[in-house]
Amino acid sequence: MKFRLPFAPLVALRFLREGRMQTLLILAGTTGGVAVIVFLTQLITQLQAQIVDRVLGSQAHVVIRPAEEVNRRAIDDAGFASIVEPRAQRLRSIDQWENIARLAADMPGVTAVSPVVTGPAFAVRGQASKSVALMGVDAERYRRIVRMEEYMVAGRFAVEGTRAVIGSELAKDLGIRMDDKLRVALPNGRDELLQVGGIFDIGNRDLNRRWVFVTLPLAQSLLDLPGGVSNLDLTVADIFEAQPVADRLRGATSLNVESWMQTNAQLLAALRNQSVSNNLIRSFVVIIVALGIASVLVVSVVQKQKEIGILRAMGASRSMILQIFLIQGAVVGAVGSVLGSMLAFTLLNVFSAIYRNADGQPLFAAELEPRFIAMAALVATCVGLLSALIPARRAARMDPVQAIRS
Amino acid sequence: MSAAPVIELAGLTKAYNLGTPVETEVLHGIDLSLAEGEFAALIGPSGSGKSTLLNIIGLLERPTGGRLSIGGRDTASLSEAEITQLRGRSIGFVFQFHHLLPAFTALENVMMPSIIARGRPDDEAEATALALLDAVGLKAHALKKPAELSGGQQQRVAIARALALRPRLILADEPTGNLDTHTADDIFALLREFNRQSNCACLIVTHDPRLAARCDRIVRLVDGRIADDLPTAAETNP
Repeated sequence: MKFRLPFAPLVALRFLREGRMQTLLILAGTTGGVAVIVFLTQLITQLQAQIVDRVLGSQAHVVIRPAEEVNRRAIDDAGFASIVEPRAQRLRSIDQWENIARLAADMPGVTAVSPVVTGPAFAVRGQASKSVALMGVDAERYRRIVRMEEYMVAGRFAVEGTRAVIGSELAKDLGIRMDDKLRVALPNGRDELLQVGGIFDIGNRDLNRRWVFVTLPLAQSLLDLPGGVSNLDLTVADIFEAQPVADRLRGATSLNVESWMQTNAQLLAALRNQSVSNNLIRSFVVIIVALGIASVLVVSVVQKQKEIGILRAMGASRSMILQIFLIQGAVVGAVGSVLGSMLAFTLLNVFSAIYRNADGQPLFAAELEPRFIAMAALVATCVGLLSALIPARRAARMDPVQAIRS
Repeated sequence: MSAAPVIELAGLTKAYNLGTPVETEVLHGIDLSLAEGEFAALIGPSGSGKSTLLNIIGLLERPTGGRLSIGGRDTASLSEAEITQLRGRSIGFVFQFHHLLPAFTALENVMMPSIIARGRPDDEAEATALALLDAVGLKAHALKKPAELSGGQQQRVAIARALALRPRLILADEPTGNLDTHTADDIFALLREFNRQSNCACLIVTHDPRLAARCDRIVRLVDGRIADDLPTAAETNP
């Protein structure tokens, strides 16, 4: 037995096939619209993810620091005029940081905690000296905050004894190669001779110039923070949940807790604005496509008046006629979404071949997430259905006698 | 004649633009009944209300007053959906300009009433449609679109389509109006033959007195009233 389409789809498809030129135009419009939406969505999602990824590539999601020191007045009365000077924030350790680290690690959503001791220093070699940030870390734990091993251009990201890891810019500035010696001098008069065990390029010149990684105990003794840490870096499972996690930690510890979303508030605002304008463009495209489908179907209903009358005379109900035109809208939307997704895929391939990053890598990957295609198909079919509603109702209301006579 | 009436009209009126200053009544109290197997011509000058009457009997329009029963069922109380269903299952239309669906083949056109009634095409409907096309002599043209057929062939397809669900009533609005005399005779003979075979009632609007004379009965409509309703002499045609 061969497959036979039911009445409404059968007539709908035949009508679409009969109005070849119209169908092609309306399909082209829908295809273009879907392609623009899918292409834009994919592009912007990827670029935004990349930007966020790049920003977070050298940053902890959440950083816990000691509470700031403030001056308190002994006499707490509004009746006294007083000048309160803000205090200079000296380098301090987080009080009982092991407990805080354990608390943070147990917090839902937190995947890694790394203690860091950081303070200012000078890197000196010969006559040259550069100001740097001394970073005392446990390499194993810090890797789960910043994926340092991915950025290594020489050696490994491992610190032990006096072996240190420095950035490529600092290495260049001081003319240092692997296994060369480097002296760090601190404002408190301490200094230490380090041996370079690894050079990284994190993709940010400033950090490449400033970061000098040493072991936690070495940094602690150089910075006069024996057993202490200046901050705890955290990684969270969902980067956009960083803020709530930070808020909860602040509540629990009353320490100074900052998420990357606060640190990069401007970037986030920019991304959000980009999403808003993207949504605006998408909405307009959807509306234009819907109007296109509706107008073509309105014309089609007028052209098919006689056929509608004949079908009604042969016993087709109003709802059957309604279905015929709704299906036409849905089919145009569905087929348009498939063609549009294919077009978007082609566009992504073309553009990813043309646009490349500074390092020659494609700016974005030429791939379509299935969920975008599914979303496009769903939206386009619904839009097709909705835009067919007015023409379809008009067709269904048509008086068969008038229709046949015309 | 003791056969059961297929249609019964009593005091049927139809007015347009009801309740406005240009209200016009086009049918004034029509009484008419048509029995199973009857083959009647409906004649009258242009504007006498023939087409309106046919549309009302065909349930395409509703009467303003009076009673219309089809197969013993009073249609006044039926809903829109029931009217549509009744029209589809018990009435076959043959229009002046065939009114086939240009997007479908002859075979599909003939199957269409069944597709509508049953929701989708099936083998039985296809077999019936093929048999009907064979009966009107167009089996070889079953897969052609209407545009590929001549006027006479199109009208034959239309007749086959009208018969697809074995309706109790066939309504034809000048079925031979735009055909040459020879083809017109053929089409008429075809209708007559099916009328005999299936015992359905036929009401045919025609302008052709020659064809009207070959019917069982001639109903003449003048200015919205039945002027006369007489059996023809040639009732027992060979």
